[in-house]
Amino acid sequence: MTVPLNEFLLLGAFLFATGVYGVVTRRNSVLVLMSVELMLAAVNVNLVAFSARVHDVAGQVFALFVLTIAAAEVGVGLAMVLLIYRNLHSSDLDDVDVLKG
Amino acid sequence: MVAENVAFGIIAAAMAVGAIGVVRTQNIVHAALFLVVVLAGGAAQYILLGAEFVAWVQVLVYIGAVIVLFLFGIMLTHAPMHPTEKMDNNLRAWALLPSLLIAVVLGGLLIDAFGNDKIHLDAPTPNAAITNSIFRVYLIPFEVVGVLLLAALIGAVVLARKD
Repeated sequence: MTVPLNEFLLLGAFLFATGVYGVVTRRNSVLVLMSVELMLAAVNVNLVAFSARVHDVAGQVFALFVLTIAAAEVGVGLAMVLLIYRNLHSSDLDDVDVLKG
Repeated sequence: MVAENVAFGIIAAAMAVGAIGVVRTQNIVHAALFLVVVLAGGAAQYILLGAEFVAWVQVLVYIGAVIVLFLFGIMLTHAPMHPTEKMDNNLRAWALLPSLLIAVVLGGLLIDAFGNDKIHLDAPTPNAAITNSIFRVYLIPFEVVGVLLLAALIGAVVLARKD
């Protein structure tokens, strides 16, 4: 039973590019965080595919670490979104322009 | 060989539709549900690749916890539940440039490097192999990640509490 490796790599590249598109276009900060999750999922697909390719479990362990970091990132990120919402009464990233010259 | 490729194709098509839904839908709750499709598709791909432990951790942590956290974030920031045009800025056309560039360059490089490689699917990875790897080879990173999770927990509480 064999499957081509490049199928998985192209899927990962597509998901990553979609995540970049979302980060650039979205205004709502929660949606930007979702797009970042999309990119992290793309990286995990690549890691697990390479792990299966070289028959080494290290790629899967690394994917688990990425998952852990992503969970921590979402927790802190949403806390920051809540803080921004409390101070500015908006979760719109275009309203966060205090540092603008 | 054919069955695996068909399974990959179906799951990948669902993931692609879900990913485009996440970045294009004008309803913020629908975006979270499209993200569930993408993450569940990822878990299915991991099972296809024999990485069952990672697949179930993905289901538990991402679909179980992270999506619920996102929905809480949507509710707590009083995001508009009905479809609005305010979800996107006016960079839609410009955003296609970097994302297409990344897709083409990354995909081209990866195919150039690994174009003809095949994955030989054999028995699923036993959980014992993963735990052996975590608790022997990667013990220090595992402990560091534990400390990081604690720091993230405390940081989230400190940031989000009212005082």
